[in-house]
Amino acid sequence: MRPAQGLGYIYLSLLAALLLTIIPLPYQMTLFRPDWALLVIIYWTLALPRRVSIGTAFVVGFLTDILVGTVLGVNALAFSVVSFIVAANYLKIRNFSMLQQALLVAMFLALYQLLLFWLSHFLTGVNFRPGYLWPVLTGMLAWPWLFWLLRRYRRQLKIQ
Amino acid sequence: MNDFFARGPALGLRLVLAVACSIGLMFVDRYTDSATQLRSYLTSAVSPLFYAASLPESVITTASEQLMSQQQLLQENAALKARLLQLDAQLQLLNFLQLENNKLRALLGSAPVVEGQRLIAEVLAVYSHPFSHQVVLNKGSNDGVAVHYPLIDDKGVVGQIISVTPTSSRAILISDNTHAISLRAERTGIRTIAAGIGQWDQLRLIHLPLSTDIREGDRLLTSGLDGRFPEGYPVAEVVSVSRDDSQPFISVQARPYAKLDRIKHVLILSPGSQVEAVRQAEEQP
Repeated sequence: MRPAQGLGYIYLSLLAALLLTIIPLPYQMTLFRPDWALLVIIYWTLALPRRVSIGTAFVVGFLTDILVGTVLGVNALAFSVVSFIVAANYLKIRNFSMLQQALLVAMFLALYQLLLFWLSHFLTGVNFRPGYLWPVLTGMLAWPWLFWLLRRYRRQLKIQ
Repeated sequence: MNDFFARGPALGLRLVLAVACSIGLMFVDRYTDSATQLRSYLTSAVSPLFYAASLPESVITTASEQLMSQQQLLQENAALKARLLQLDAQLQLLNFLQLENNKLRALLGSAPVVEGQRLIAEVLAVYSHPFSHQVVLNKGSNDGVAVHYPLIDDKGVVGQIISVTPTSSRAILISDNTHAISLRAERTGIRTIAAGIGQWDQLRLIHLPLSTDIREGDRLLTSGLDGRFPEGYPVAEVVSVSRDDSQPFISVQARPYAKLDRIKHVLILSPGSQVEAVRQAEEQP
Protein backbone atom coordinates (compact mmCIF):
# COMPACT_ATOMS: atom_id res chain seq x y z
CA MET A 1 0.00 0.00 0.00
CA ARG A 2 1.41 3.37 -0.97
CA PRO A 3 1.87 5.76 1.89
CA ALA A 4 -0.92 8.25 2.31
CA GLN A 5 -0.08 11.63 0.85
CA GLY A 6 -1.93 14.90 1.05
CA LEU A 7 -4.72 13.66 3.28
CA GLY A 8 -4.97 17.20 4.61
CA TYR A 9 -5.97 18.44 1.16
CA ILE A 10 -8.81 15.94 1.06
CA TYR A 11 -10.13 17.26 4.35
CA LEU A 12 -9.70 20.80 3.08
CA SER A 13 -11.91 20.05 0.07
CA LEU A 14 -14.51 18.45 2.36
CA LEU A 15 -14.46 21.53 4.58
CA ALA A 16 -15.01 23.74 1.53
CA ALA A 17 -17.94 21.52 0.52
CA LEU A 18 -19.46 21.88 3.99
CA LEU A 19 -19.11 25.65 3.73
CA LEU A 20 -20.84 25.57 0.35
CA THR A 21 -23.62 23.57 1.99
CA ILE A 22 -24.49 26.37 4.38
CA ILE A 23 -23.41 29.45 2.45
CA PRO A 24 -26.32 31.82 1.86
CA LEU A 25 -28.03 31.88 -1.52
CA PRO A 26 -30.90 34.04 -2.69
CA TYR A 27 -34.14 32.69 -1.29
CA GLN A 28 -35.42 31.47 -4.65
CA MET A 29 -32.36 29.32 -5.22
CA THR A 30 -32.08 27.47 -1.93
CA LEU A 31 -34.20 24.55 -3.13
CA PHE A 32 -31.84 24.02 -6.08
CA ARG A 33 -28.65 23.83 -4.05
CA PRO A 34 -26.68 20.67 -4.98
CA ASP A 35 -25.57 18.44 -2.11
CA TRP A 36 -21.95 19.54 -2.36
CA ALA A 37 -20.67 17.56 0.60
CA LEU A 38 -22.10 14.30 -0.71
CA LEU A 39 -20.79 14.95 -4.24
CA VAL A 40 -17.28 15.53 -2.91
CA ILE A 41 -17.52 12.40 -0.77
CA ILE A 42 -18.61 10.42 -3.84
CA TYR A 43 -15.63 11.77 -5.79
CA TRP A 44 -13.06 10.87 -3.14
CA THR A 45 -14.58 7.46 -2.54
CA LEU A 46 -14.36 6.83 -6.26
CA ALA A 47 -10.81 8.14 -6.61
CA LEU A 48 -9.22 6.90 -3.38
CA PRO A 49 -11.45 4.27 -1.81
CA ARG A 50 -8.63 3.23 0.53
CA ARG A 51 -8.45 6.70 2.06
CA VAL A 52 -12.00 7.95 2.01
CA SER A 53 -14.98 5.73 2.46
CA ILE A 54 -17.65 4.98 5.00
CA GLY A 55 -15.83 6.38 8.06
CA THR A 56 -15.15 9.77 6.48
CA ALA A 57 -18.64 9.83 4.96
CA PHE A 58 -20.14 9.20 8.38
CA VAL A 59 -18.19 12.06 9.98
CA VAL A 60 -18.99 14.50 7.17
CA GLY A 61 -22.65 13.48 7.30
CA PHE A 62 -22.68 14.03 11.04
CA LEU A 63 -21.18 17.50 10.59
CA THR A 64 -23.85 18.22 7.96
CA ASP A 65 -26.49 17.21 10.51
CA ILE A 66 -25.11 19.69 13.02
CA LEU A 67 -24.77 22.46 10.44
CA VAL A 68 -28.16 22.28 8.75
CA GLY A 69 -30.17 21.28 11.79
CA THR A 70 -31.61 17.91 10.75
CA VAL A 71 -32.05 15.21 13.39
CA LEU A 72 -28.55 14.05 14.36
CA GLY A 73 -27.53 10.92 12.49
CA VAL A 74 -29.91 11.23 9.55
CA ASN A 75 -27.36 12.64 7.12
CA ALA A 76 -24.64 10.48 8.68
CA LEU A 77 -26.60 7.33 7.81
CA ALA A 78 -27.49 8.47 4.29
CA PHE A 79 -23.88 9.52 3.54
CA SER A 80 -22.54 6.19 4.83
CA VAL A 81 -24.93 4.16 2.69
CA VAL A 82 -24.12 6.07 -0.49
CA SER A 83 -20.40 5.88 0.25
CA PHE A 84 -20.71 2.12 0.80
CA ILE A 85 -22.33 1.60 -2.58
CA VAL A 86 -19.64 3.66 -4.31
CA ALA A 87 -16.77 1.99 -2.44
CA ALA A 88 -18.11 -1.48 -3.25
CA ASN A 89 -18.35 -0.72 -7.00
CA TYR A 90 -15.62 1.86 -7.57
CA LEU A 91 -13.81 -0.18 -10.23
CA LYS A 92 -16.96 -0.45 -12.34
CA ILE A 93 -18.01 3.15 -11.88
CA ARG A 94 -14.57 4.48 -12.88
CA ASN A 95 -14.92 2.84 -16.28
CA PHE A 96 -18.19 4.49 -17.14
CA SER A 97 -18.38 7.42 -19.51
CA MET A 98 -19.00 10.84 -18.02
CA LEU A 99 -22.66 10.76 -19.05
CA GLN A 100 -23.24 7.36 -17.48
CA GLN A 101 -21.41 8.48 -14.37
CA ALA A 102 -23.57 11.57 -14.08
CA LEU A 103 -26.73 9.49 -14.39
CA LEU A 104 -25.45 7.09 -11.76
CA VAL A 105 -24.59 9.99 -9.47
CA ALA A 106 -28.14 11.23 -9.94
CA MET A 107 -29.38 7.83 -8.76
CA PHE A 108 -27.15 8.06 -5.69
CA LEU A 109 -28.43 11.57 -4.96
CA ALA A 110 -32.01 10.40 -5.35
CA LEU A 111 -31.32 7.53 -2.97
CA TYR A 112 -29.79 10.01 -0.52
CA GLN A 113 -32.76 12.36 -0.70
CA LEU A 114 -35.22 9.53 -0.27
CA LEU A 115 -33.31 8.07 2.70
CA LEU A 116 -33.25 11.54 4.24
CA PHE A 117 -36.95 12.00 3.65
CA TRP A 118 -37.94 8.55 4.92
CA LEU A 119 -35.94 8.95 8.12
CA SER A 120 -37.20 12.50 8.70
CA HIS A 121 -40.75 11.37 7.98
CA PHE A 122 -40.41 8.57 10.50
CA LEU A 123 -38.74 10.78 13.14
CA THR A 124 -40.48 14.12 12.79
CA GLY A 125 -43.35 13.50 10.35
CA VAL A 126 -42.33 15.82 7.51
CA ASN A 127 -44.52 15.85 4.41
CA PHE A 128 -43.12 15.14 1.00
CA ARG A 129 -42.96 17.86 -1.63
CA PRO A 130 -41.61 17.15 -5.13
CA GLY A 131 -39.45 20.29 -4.77
CA TYR A 132 -37.18 18.35 -2.40
CA LEU A 133 -35.84 16.42 -5.39
CA TRP A 134 -34.39 19.43 -7.27
CA PRO A 135 -30.87 18.83 -5.84
CA VAL A 136 -30.83 15.50 -7.70
CA LEU A 137 -31.02 17.33 -11.03
CA THR A 138 -28.65 20.17 -10.12
CA GLY A 139 -26.23 17.67 -8.56
CA MET A 140 -26.22 15.62 -11.76
CA LEU A 141 -25.48 18.73 -13.82
CA ALA A 142 -22.74 19.78 -11.42
CA TRP A 143 -21.03 16.38 -11.36
CA PRO A 144 -18.94 16.57 -14.58
CA TRP A 145 -17.54 19.96 -13.61
CA LEU A 146 -16.85 18.91 -10.04
CA PHE A 147 -15.21 15.70 -11.24
CA TRP A 148 -12.94 17.61 -13.60
CA LEU A 149 -12.08 20.19 -10.92
CA LEU A 150 -11.33 17.67 -8.20
CA ARG A 151 -9.28 15.49 -10.52
CA ARG A 152 -7.09 18.48 -11.38
CA TYR A 153 -6.89 19.27 -7.68
CA ARG A 154 -5.86 15.69 -6.88
CA ARG A 155 -3.23 15.49 -9.63
CA GLN A 156 -1.75 18.92 -9.04
CA LEU A 157 -1.29 18.24 -5.35
CA LYS A 158 -0.35 14.57 -5.88
CA ILE A 159 -2.88 13.35 -3.38
CA GLN A 160 -2.93 9.59 -3.08
CA MET B 1 -1.63 -7.08 -3.93
CA ASN B 2 -0.68 -5.94 -0.50
CA ASP B 3 -3.55 -3.54 -0.78
CA PHE B 4 -6.08 -6.26 -0.44
CA PHE B 5 -4.96 -7.22 3.05
CA ALA B 6 -4.31 -3.76 4.36
CA ARG B 7 -7.84 -2.48 4.09
CA GLY B 8 -8.93 -2.82 7.68
CA PRO B 9 -12.40 -4.11 8.46
CA ALA B 10 -14.52 -5.18 5.52
CA LEU B 11 -16.75 -2.61 3.90
CA GLY B 12 -19.93 -4.36 4.98
CA LEU B 13 -18.84 -4.40 8.59
CA ARG B 14 -17.98 -0.70 8.46
CA LEU B 15 -21.39 0.06 6.98
CA VAL B 16 -23.13 -1.88 9.74
CA LEU B 17 -21.10 0.06 12.33
CA ALA B 18 -21.92 3.42 10.74
CA VAL B 19 -25.61 2.60 10.46
CA ALA B 20 -25.74 1.42 14.06
CA CYS B 21 -24.04 4.63 15.24
CA SER B 22 -26.45 6.75 13.17
CA ILE B 23 -29.50 5.00 14.53
CA GLY B 24 -28.15 5.44 18.07
CA LEU B 25 -27.64 9.17 17.39
CA MET B 26 -31.13 9.56 15.96
CA PHE B 27 -32.63 7.85 18.96
CA VAL B 28 -30.67 9.99 21.43
CA ASP B 29 -31.49 13.18 19.54
CA ARG B 30 -35.18 12.50 19.11
CA TYR B 31 -36.26 10.65 22.22
CA THR B 32 -34.06 11.86 25.09
CA ASP B 33 -33.70 15.23 26.76
CA SER B 34 -29.91 15.22 27.01
CA ALA B 35 -29.70 15.89 23.28
CA THR B 36 -30.29 19.65 23.59
CA GLN B 37 -27.14 20.00 25.67
CA LEU B 38 -25.20 17.74 23.32
CA ARG B 39 -26.38 19.75 20.34
CA SER B 40 -25.30 23.00 22.00
CA TYR B 41 -21.77 21.68 22.51
CA LEU B 42 -21.55 20.37 18.97
CA THR B 43 -22.92 23.57 17.49
CA SER B 44 -20.48 25.73 19.42
CA ALA B 45 -17.70 23.52 18.10
CA VAL B 46 -18.71 24.26 14.50
CA SER B 47 -19.88 27.86 14.98
CA PRO B 48 -16.74 29.30 13.29
CA LEU B 49 -18.08 27.67 10.13
CA PHE B 50 -21.32 29.62 10.48
CA TYR B 51 -19.42 32.87 10.67
CA ALA B 52 -17.17 31.89 7.77
CA ALA B 53 -20.18 30.97 5.64
CA SER B 54 -21.96 34.24 6.27
CA LEU B 55 -18.81 36.24 5.54
CA PRO B 56 -19.34 36.72 1.77
CA GLU B 57 -22.80 38.11 2.28
CA SER B 58 -21.75 40.50 5.02
CA VAL B 59 -18.87 41.71 2.84
CA ILE B 60 -21.28 42.37 -0.02
CA THR B 61 -23.71 44.15 2.28
CA THR B 62 -20.98 46.35 3.70
CA ALA B 63 -19.68 47.14 0.23
CA SER B 64 -23.11 48.11 -1.03
CA GLU B 65 -23.60 50.33 2.01
CA GLN B 66 -20.26 52.00 1.33
CA LEU B 67 -21.25 52.65 -2.25
CA MET B 68 -24.63 54.16 -1.42
CA SER B 69 -24.76 57.76 -2.46
CA GLN B 70 -25.13 60.49 0.11
CA GLN B 71 -28.44 61.47 -1.46
CA GLN B 72 -29.85 58.01 -0.80
CA LEU B 73 -28.58 58.04 2.76
CA LEU B 74 -30.16 61.42 3.42
CA GLN B 75 -33.46 60.20 2.02
CA GLU B 76 -33.36 57.05 4.11
CA ASN B 77 -32.45 59.10 7.18
CA ALA B 78 -35.39 61.44 6.64
CA ALA B 79 -37.80 58.53 6.16
CA LEU B 80 -36.56 56.84 9.32
CA LYS B 81 -36.86 60.05 11.31
CA ALA B 82 -40.45 60.49 10.17
CA ARG B 83 -41.24 56.93 11.13
CA LEU B 84 -39.57 57.35 14.53
CA LEU B 85 -41.68 60.41 15.20
CA GLN B 86 -44.86 58.50 14.41
CA LEU B 87 -43.86 55.61 16.61
CA ASP B 88 -42.91 57.95 19.46
CA ALA B 89 -46.34 59.55 19.28
CA GLN B 90 -47.98 56.14 19.48
CA LEU B 91 -45.69 55.17 22.33
CA GLN B 92 -46.84 58.11 24.44
CA LEU B 93 -50.40 56.85 24.22
CA LEU B 94 -49.23 53.32 24.88
CA ASN B 95 -47.36 54.33 28.05
CA PHE B 96 -50.49 56.01 29.32
CA LEU B 97 -52.59 52.92 28.52
CA GLN B 98 -50.02 50.67 30.14
CA LEU B 99 -50.18 52.67 33.37
CA GLU B 100 -53.95 52.65 33.29
CA ASN B 101 -53.98 48.93 32.58
CA ASN B 102 -51.67 48.23 35.52
CA LYS B 103 -53.92 50.29 37.82
CA LEU B 104 -56.99 48.39 36.63
CA ARG B 105 -55.18 45.10 37.11
CA ALA B 106 -54.23 46.19 40.62
CA LEU B 107 -57.89 46.97 41.31
CA LEU B 108 -58.84 43.51 40.08
CA GLY B 109 -56.11 41.99 42.21
CA SER B 110 -54.19 40.38 39.35
CA ALA B 111 -50.50 40.66 38.69
CA PRO B 112 -49.38 43.52 36.44
CA VAL B 113 -47.76 42.66 33.14
CA VAL B 114 -44.08 43.45 33.25
CA GLU B 115 -42.12 43.58 30.04
CA GLY B 116 -39.01 41.45 29.93
CA GLN B 117 -35.69 42.45 28.41
CA ARG B 118 -35.35 42.73 24.66
CA LEU B 119 -32.39 42.05 22.47
CA ILE B 120 -31.95 42.61 18.76
CA ALA B 121 -30.30 39.75 16.93
CA GLU B 122 -29.33 39.29 13.34
CA VAL B 123 -29.98 36.10 11.45
CA LEU B 124 -26.67 34.73 10.29
CA ALA B 125 -27.13 34.03 6.64
CA VAL B 126 -27.07 30.31 7.05
CA TYR B 127 -28.94 27.68 5.19
CA SER B 128 -30.88 25.01 6.95
CA HIS B 129 -32.46 22.00 5.37
CA PRO B 130 -35.97 22.39 3.87
CA PHE B 131 -37.18 19.74 6.32
CA SER B 132 -36.22 21.77 9.35
CA HIS B 133 -37.19 25.42 9.58
CA GLN B 134 -34.46 26.79 11.77
CA VAL B 135 -32.25 29.85 11.75
CA VAL B 136 -28.93 30.67 13.39
CA LEU B 137 -28.70 33.99 15.26
CA ASN B 138 -25.62 36.01 16.05
CA LYS B 139 -26.40 36.36 19.78
CA GLY B 140 -25.62 33.66 22.33
CA SER B 141 -25.41 32.99 26.03
CA ASN B 142 -22.75 35.73 26.38
CA ASP B 143 -25.51 38.21 25.49
CA GLY B 144 -27.96 36.66 27.92
CA VAL B 145 -29.89 34.48 25.50
CA ALA B 146 -31.24 31.22 26.90
CA VAL B 147 -33.21 28.27 25.57
CA HIS B 148 -36.98 28.80 25.04
CA TYR B 149 -36.73 32.58 24.65
CA PRO B 150 -39.34 33.75 22.13
CA LEU B 151 -38.47 35.59 18.93
CA ILE B 152 -40.52 38.25 17.17
CA ASP B 153 -40.02 40.55 14.22
CA ASP B 154 -41.85 43.76 13.31
CA LYS B 155 -44.91 41.84 12.07
CA GLY B 156 -45.38 39.01 14.53
CA VAL B 157 -44.02 35.98 16.32
CA VAL B 158 -41.18 34.18 14.56
CA GLY B 159 -40.17 31.26 16.76
CA GLN B 160 -38.19 30.30 19.81
CA ILE B 161 -34.59 29.51 20.75
CA ILE B 162 -33.77 25.80 20.92
CA SER B 163 -30.05 25.73 21.53
CA VAL B 164 -27.49 28.27 22.67
CA THR B 165 -23.75 28.53 22.30
CA PRO B 166 -21.63 31.34 23.76
CA THR B 167 -21.67 33.38 20.54
CA SER B 168 -24.61 32.11 18.53
CA SER B 169 -27.96 30.45 18.99
CA ARG B 170 -30.31 28.36 16.92
CA ALA B 171 -34.00 29.08 16.77
CA ILE B 172 -36.89 26.96 15.54
CA LEU B 173 -39.55 28.79 13.52
CA ILE B 174 -43.27 28.45 14.11
CA SER B 175 -43.59 26.87 10.66
CA ASP B 176 -41.38 23.88 11.51
CA ASN B 177 -43.41 20.72 11.67
CA THR B 178 -42.17 19.86 15.14
CA HIS B 179 -43.37 23.21 16.51
CA ALA B 180 -46.75 24.20 17.92
CA ILE B 181 -47.89 27.39 19.60
CA SER B 182 -50.90 28.21 21.76
CA LEU B 183 -53.09 30.99 20.29
CA ARG B 184 -56.23 32.93 20.96
CA ALA B 185 -58.52 34.37 18.28
CA GLU B 186 -58.77 38.13 18.72
CA ARG B 187 -62.44 38.39 17.68
CA THR B 188 -63.94 35.53 19.68
CA GLY B 189 -61.33 34.67 22.30
CA ILE B 190 -61.28 31.01 21.26
CA ARG B 191 -58.12 29.20 22.25
CA THR B 192 -56.40 27.02 19.72
CA ILE B 193 -53.07 25.46 18.83
CA ALA B 194 -51.24 26.24 15.61
CA ALA B 195 -48.90 23.54 14.39
CA GLY B 196 -46.29 24.10 11.69
CA ILE B 197 -46.49 21.91 8.61
CA GLY B 198 -43.09 22.61 7.10
CA GLN B 199 -44.27 25.40 4.79
CA TRP B 200 -43.10 28.96 5.18
CA ASP B 201 -46.49 30.55 4.67
CA GLN B 202 -48.88 28.16 6.37
CA LEU B 203 -49.82 26.90 9.82
CA ARG B 204 -52.56 24.44 10.68
CA LEU B 205 -54.96 24.98 13.57
CA ILE B 206 -55.56 21.64 15.20
CA HIS B 207 -58.32 20.15 17.32
CA LEU B 208 -61.01 22.75 16.64
CA PRO B 209 -64.52 21.23 16.94
CA LEU B 210 -66.97 21.75 14.08
CA SER B 211 -69.07 24.22 16.02
CA THR B 212 -66.17 26.63 16.61
CA ASP B 213 -66.83 30.21 15.58
CA ILE B 214 -63.86 30.99 13.37
CA ARG B 215 -63.74 32.74 10.00
CA GLU B 216 -61.31 33.76 7.34
CA GLY B 217 -59.57 36.97 8.32
CA ASP B 218 -59.54 36.29 12.08
CA ARG B 219 -56.39 37.54 13.75
CA LEU B 220 -54.67 35.03 16.01
CA LEU B 221 -52.61 36.25 18.96
CA THR B 222 -50.41 34.36 21.41
CA SER B 223 -52.42 33.24 24.42
CA GLY B 224 -49.54 33.03 26.89
CA LEU B 225 -50.87 29.69 28.09
CA ASP B 226 -47.97 27.65 26.76
CA GLY B 227 -45.65 29.25 29.27
CA ARG B 228 -43.18 30.14 26.50
CA PHE B 229 -44.64 33.03 24.54
CA PRO B 230 -45.90 36.17 26.33
CA GLU B 231 -49.54 37.01 25.73
CA GLY B 232 -50.91 39.26 23.00
CA TYR B 233 -48.36 39.16 20.16
CA PRO B 234 -49.87 38.70 16.69
CA VAL B 235 -48.97 35.38 15.08
CA ALA B 236 -51.14 34.58 12.09
CA GLU B 237 -54.29 35.31 10.14
CA VAL B 238 -56.85 32.65 9.24
CA VAL B 239 -56.88 32.19 5.47
CA SER B 240 -59.10 29.20 4.92
CA VAL B 241 -61.72 27.32 6.91
CA SER B 242 -63.30 24.16 5.57
CA ARG B 243 -66.00 22.35 7.46
CA ASP B 244 -66.58 18.72 6.58
CA ASP B 245 -69.27 17.00 8.63
CA SER B 246 -67.65 13.62 8.26
CA GLN B 247 -64.52 14.84 10.05
CA PRO B 248 -64.35 15.37 13.82
CA PHE B 249 -62.52 18.70 13.50
CA ILE B 250 -62.58 21.64 11.11
CA SER B 251 -59.54 22.11 8.95
CA VAL B 252 -58.25 25.64 9.33
CA GLN B 253 -55.16 27.13 7.68
CA ALA B 254 -53.50 30.31 8.85
CA ARG B 255 -50.78 32.49 7.36
CA PRO B 256 -48.08 33.80 9.73
CA TYR B 257 -47.66 37.57 9.81
CA ALA B 258 -43.88 37.31 10.06
CA LYS B 259 -42.16 36.79 6.71
CA LEU B 260 -40.49 33.62 7.90
CA ASP B 261 -38.60 32.87 4.70
CA ARG B 262 -36.76 36.19 4.60
CA ILE B 263 -36.22 37.30 8.18
CA LYS B 264 -33.05 39.30 8.73
CA HIS B 265 -33.40 40.97 12.12
CA VAL B 266 -35.38 39.61 15.05
CA LEU B 267 -36.11 40.70 18.59
CA ILE B 268 -35.36 38.15 21.29
CA LEU B 269 -37.73 38.62 24.23
CA SER B 270 -36.79 37.33 27.61
CA PRO B 271 -39.89 35.91 29.19
CA GLY B 272 -41.48 38.50 31.45
CA SER B 273 -43.28 38.05 34.75
CA GLN B 274 -46.39 36.81 33.02
CA VAL B 275 -44.77 33.71 31.62
CA GLU B 276 -43.20 33.11 35.02
CA ALA B 277 -46.65 33.45 36.59
CA VAL B 278 -48.04 30.77 34.26
CA ARG B 279 -45.16 28.47 35.15
CA GLN B 280 -45.64 28.99 38.87
CA ALA B 281 -49.37 28.37 38.54
CA GLU B 282 -48.56 25.13 36.73
CA GLU B 283 -46.14 24.02 39.39
CA GLN B 284 -48.51 24.64 42.27
CA PRO B 285 -50.75 21.64 42.86
